[in-house]
Amino acid sequence: MAEKTYNITAETGIHARPATQLVNKAGQFESEITLNYKGKSVNLKSIMGVMSLGVGQGSEVSIKAEGPDEEEAISALDEVMKQGLAE
Amino acid sequence: MSSQLTGIAASAGIAIGKAFRYEEPDLTVEKKTDVDAGKEIKNFDAALEKSRAELEDIKEKTRRDMGDEHAEIFSAHLLVLSDPEFVDAVRQKVQDDKVNASFALNELADQFIMMFESMDNEYMKERAADIRDVSKRVLAHLLGKPIVSLAEIKEEVIVVGEDLTPSDTAQLNKEFVKGFVTNIGGRTSHSAIMARSLEIPAVVGTKSVTNDTKQHEMIIVDGISGTVIIGPSEEELAAYRKKYDEYEKQKQEWAKLKNEPSVSKDGVHVELAANIGTPDDLEGVHNNGAEGIGLYRTEFLYMGREELPTEEEQFTAYKKVVESLEGRPVVIRTLDIGGDKELPYLDLPEEMNPFLGFRAIRLCLEMDDMFRTQLRALLRASAYGNLKIMFPMIATLQEFREAKAILEEEKQKLQKEGAEVNDKLELGIMVEIPSTAVMAPQFAKEVDFFSIGTNDLIQYTMAADRMNERVSYLYQPYSPAILSLVKMVIDASHKEGKWTGMCGEMAGDSTAIPLLLGLGLDEFSMSATSVLPARSQLLELSKEEAAKAAEEALTYNTAEEVQDMVEKRFL
Repeated sequence: MAEKTYNITAETGIHARPATQLVNKAGQFESEITLNYKGKSVNLKSIMGVMSLGVGQGSEVSIKAEGPDEEEAISALDEVMKQGLAE
Repeated sequence: MSSQLTGIAASAGIAIGKAFRYEEPDLTVEKKTDVDAGKEIKNFDAALEKSRAELEDIKEKTRRDMGDEHAEIFSAHLLVLSDPEFVDAVRQKVQDDKVNASFALNELADQFIMMFESMDNEYMKERAADIRDVSKRVLAHLLGKPIVSLAEIKEEVIVVGEDLTPSDTAQLNKEFVKGFVTNIGGRTSHSAIMARSLEIPAVVGTKSVTNDTKQHEMIIVDGISGTVIIGPSEEELAAYRKKYDEYEKQKQEWAKLKNEPSVSKDGVHVELAANIGTPDDLEGVHNNGAEGIGLYRTEFLYMGREELPTEEEQFTAYKKVVESLEGRPVVIRTLDIGGDKELPYLDLPEEMNPFLGFRAIRLCLEMDDMFRTQLRALLRASAYGNLKIMFPMIATLQEFREAKAILEEEKQKLQKEGAEVNDKLELGIMVEIPSTAVMAPQFAKEVDFFSIGTNDLIQYTMAADRMNERVSYLYQPYSPAILSLVKMVIDASHKEGKWTGMCGEMAGDSTAIPLLLGLGLDEFSMSATSVLPARSQLLELSKEEAAKAAEEALTYNTAEEVQDMVEKRFL
């Protein structure tokens, strides 16, 4: 399993556009990918799951991937996260 | 037999055509049990596929017409269609419970909608609407009653509906949509403003047009008088075809005035300017011979998106407008949000009286990061032409001074950074609040100009919500009370060698124009399409006679008396 932790810096948190980009990217991989926040875990391939978390600015989140392409998935998602969304 | 309806004339012109009923089909779902699950799932997948194709189309069209920013919302809709937690759950439910797919879809969509609606965040509540939108589309395909979007209209029609939302009007194709009629709305409602900016004849607020009109029935829209005729007789059709030709001829007459100056019969020049919402409206400004822009509403830069526009984005828009006017004046109003205009991403708390609440300059002074970004963009754009800045909803001198101080700070910062800024940039305020009209003599010493916003000034003076149809009789632009306030503002500005404009609906109103000319108004800013008719009217007016009439009007008892007098003497 591969995992990475982030601090959300975007003013509006994980809202529509960043969420759309994350979900689109996650959908390109076979591995099971989750977004974890405040003890809740949602499927990162599900836009509604991601949005339902209501992740705001300053939140601590982690992304976990498990499957044949978990390493690639994590590094691809890392790129999306680092584009002004989190550090 | 034809029937006739009267509504509010929202956008001038005559349109004759087949009615296109814009409405949602009946999507009531019945629960069926013991279904063939395999077949239901196949139907469901087919409906998903059709919906996906439609959304891809709409997204592409929106991207082409309105840019990536606006198309983004449809990317989110598309993701809902492929959301495993949603669509797999529907398939699972069909499989496990042996129920029909439409029932399963409806149940699951409702669960998600409820979850988002219960969140304590405006933005998330709006996402519930997205899910509702998308699941309706799929459901419509499942039930074999596809939803027709306005963007898909491919023949000449007149759109008939309850009301048109901003996203509806954004999809209107002028080539095919010849006019529209709605049940609700007034002259200043969003759909009415859009109709004028698109230059399509429209009548709003008919209360019952959706009940009275059948699909494809012939219908006449008279956006000049506010009349709608459903199922017209041959005679009526002939009469309106003639009226249509006359109006077109009239428009050609007006078009000849495009490059003429706006002067009264006795040689007094006033400025006839246009109101705009986005740089896309520039075409209308130029086609209609406006001498400047009296109101650039910057709200649209902030609306229909997910986050604040950057300084660079704003600078690009302002610069485009200012350059396009080639040295003629462009009055740009700083962000006027709140009231009926919301920005979900700011997540502001709901208020009991939004029109009397935390809006416009009040909000900008508190959220000053956002305000500074806009001011910087404006200041930088000021180097490219004749840009003037105006603050909305000023109620006290303190507010003006505070806003001005912030502007000065940003100006100095920019100049230190080496940016070019117009040092003589004029700074004015909107007069919408009676306290400011009354205090105009004091304000006039500190501001460079006034612009009277009549829609709000009337609403605040009469204490009558302009969205509330039951008190709409109090919306009285010709009331001697309103005219007195207007006079106070104009006189105060002239006394200090300053000028006064007006950017509300009243400035383009043929009954108000003689009065405003008489009161000494310097700039009239209106919908672009009203500029040429106003110029043609102005050419026939004498300022001296208008001044006499205005002085008399101030002594009258009622708005009706004023209106009668103006109509008898000038119309």
